[in-house]
Amino acid sequence: MSILANKKVVVIGDRDGVPGEAISACVETAGGEVVFSSTECFV
Amino acid sequence: MEARGIFRVYLFDFVIDPRFAEVEMKCVIKGTGYVLVHTPDMVIENGTTQTTERVVNPDSEYLKELPSHLRTFDQVLSYWPNQVYIGNKTPDELRDVAEPWCNETCDVADRYGKFGQMMPEDEFYLLLQACDVFDLVELDAEFVAGAKEAFAANKVIDETIVARVKDGVEASVVADLVENEHAEPLSFDGKLVGCVKRAHDIDVNLNAHTMLENLVAKASSVLALLTVVETAGIEKADIEYVIDCCEEACGDMNQRGGGNFAKAAAEIAGLASASGSDSRGFCAGPSHALIEAAALVQSGAYKCVAVTAGGCTAKLGMNGKDHVKKGLPILEDMLGGFAVVLTANDGVNPEINLDIIGRHSVGTGSAPQAVIQSLVYDPLEKNGLAITDIDRFSPEMQNPDITKPAGAGDVPAANYKMIAALGVKKGAIEKADMANFAKERGITGFAPTQGHIPSGVPSIGFIRDMILDGDIQRAMIIGKGSLFLGRLTNLFDGTSFVIQKNSGEQEATAVNEDEIRGMVARAMREFAQSMLADAE
Repeated sequence: MSILANKKVVVIGDRDGVPGEAISACVETAGGEVVFSSTECFV
Repeated sequence: MEARGIFRVYLFDFVIDPRFAEVEMKCVIKGTGYVLVHTPDMVIENGTTQTTERVVNPDSEYLKELPSHLRTFDQVLSYWPNQVYIGNKTPDELRDVAEPWCNETCDVADRYGKFGQMMPEDEFYLLLQACDVFDLVELDAEFVAGAKEAFAANKVIDETIVARVKDGVEASVVADLVENEHAEPLSFDGKLVGCVKRAHDIDVNLNAHTMLENLVAKASSVLALLTVVETAGIEKADIEYVIDCCEEACGDMNQRGGGNFAKAAAEIAGLASASGSDSRGFCAGPSHALIEAAALVQSGAYKCVAVTAGGCTAKLGMNGKDHVKKGLPILEDMLGGFAVVLTANDGVNPEINLDIIGRHSVGTGSAPQAVIQSLVYDPLEKNGLAITDIDRFSPEMQNPDITKPAGAGDVPAANYKMIAALGVKKGAIEKADMANFAKERGITGFAPTQGHIPSGVPSIGFIRDMILDGDIQRAMIIGKGSLFLGRLTNLFDGTSFVIQKNSGEQEATAVNEDEIRGMVARAMREFAQSMLADAE
């Protein structure tokens, strides 16, 4: 199930959508390596 | 023995007297004030999207095109969401207007509304100077002469504030300050008409940029405070405490966020009886501040508390690149401000129920599901209520006309969807009812993207009216804050509270201190008389 194995991932979350930390947790579960993670606010 | 028995009886009466239940009474929302300031020139000069672009890409097409996308004052007056914000239209009426709303013309174009007003930029510059107590704002004498009459005619501006506006200086003085003394320019219709000077030569916390941002927040807060005194029908002297909940910080190099915006604004607004302090929490600040204010009133510490916040120059034109790219007007051209007055229970106005408070705690996490559980479901479940007991929800009330073209979607609608989805999961509502949930229990977004300004609180005026009219019983205000922007924590934040119909009890029946003294004195006197009678 490691669909992101050996992949480096840049995560940009949305404060009013899915935050960076939540996406990062999913990426790591899927075997990916998070090289940058941030949550942005557009409002 | 008999005498001691009498004394015990009096003490017992004293303790159980129902009039002493005043500390349990909930505070009420006495009034709300909502103001907008049209600042097209500040979009160009002070919005961070534009100031950043001037640094990294000074010859960009965006900067060239931007001026032709700015709206006139007449255009912002007839913009539907703005008329909702100042109370001439309701969010429910806005819901039925075809999007994008910037293509529609509202049939009401008054600058004054039930909840407040829209102020043009030239009047605001005069208010900015009236709020400056350190001679930092300089205005062109010709400009002052042209704008002063309209400023003095403003419904909430009294002679004490008009008297604070100076006659102005020569245009060359302003130009010299901007060119040679690091002053921030103030332009009107693209022409330099004034400036804000630095308050210190090297202290970054007192430079012209910071002073302008802070003075703008202060001035728009003053306008909101003056407005709420009128709309709440109270005297200025009634307000005993002010809490400011904007997102700026004032202080010098030794105390970056020392404060106190609240007291500074109260001074100019003429709230002579008021003390005050600042409360901060990013966009969740207003909701935190209202809970704090409600607690102050309910505890009896203060009888009348105003919560206020002014607007933010940095966010002007924040999503401007997307608006220009899509051929839209610059819709983030309004500074926002609000003020809410809470008082002791009058038996009429809607109450804030402090028993039902949602809190995003340190351990809650940032997953959207966990956030909604902590802010919506936890406080309701703890009080034996279901989401169907809340008639309206007011989360982030950002105007989707602004956020959709920028790719951020309809923020309030996304909140309703998440609340409803969690409700389906819990079996509180049927899946088939999800679509109607937003329409029936949501409030259409209408507030400018000024950070703290759209966060839950813009709907309080509308909600107060609906409860007073008997249309709804309860509403929930939800504030959320992006704490991670301060780079001190990755945490998210949020809080919520419930506004409900007044239970009909009045605090006027409660006894005052003199009455208590009288009762104790009477008890003691009668006790003494009974002792004497026994002796005889």
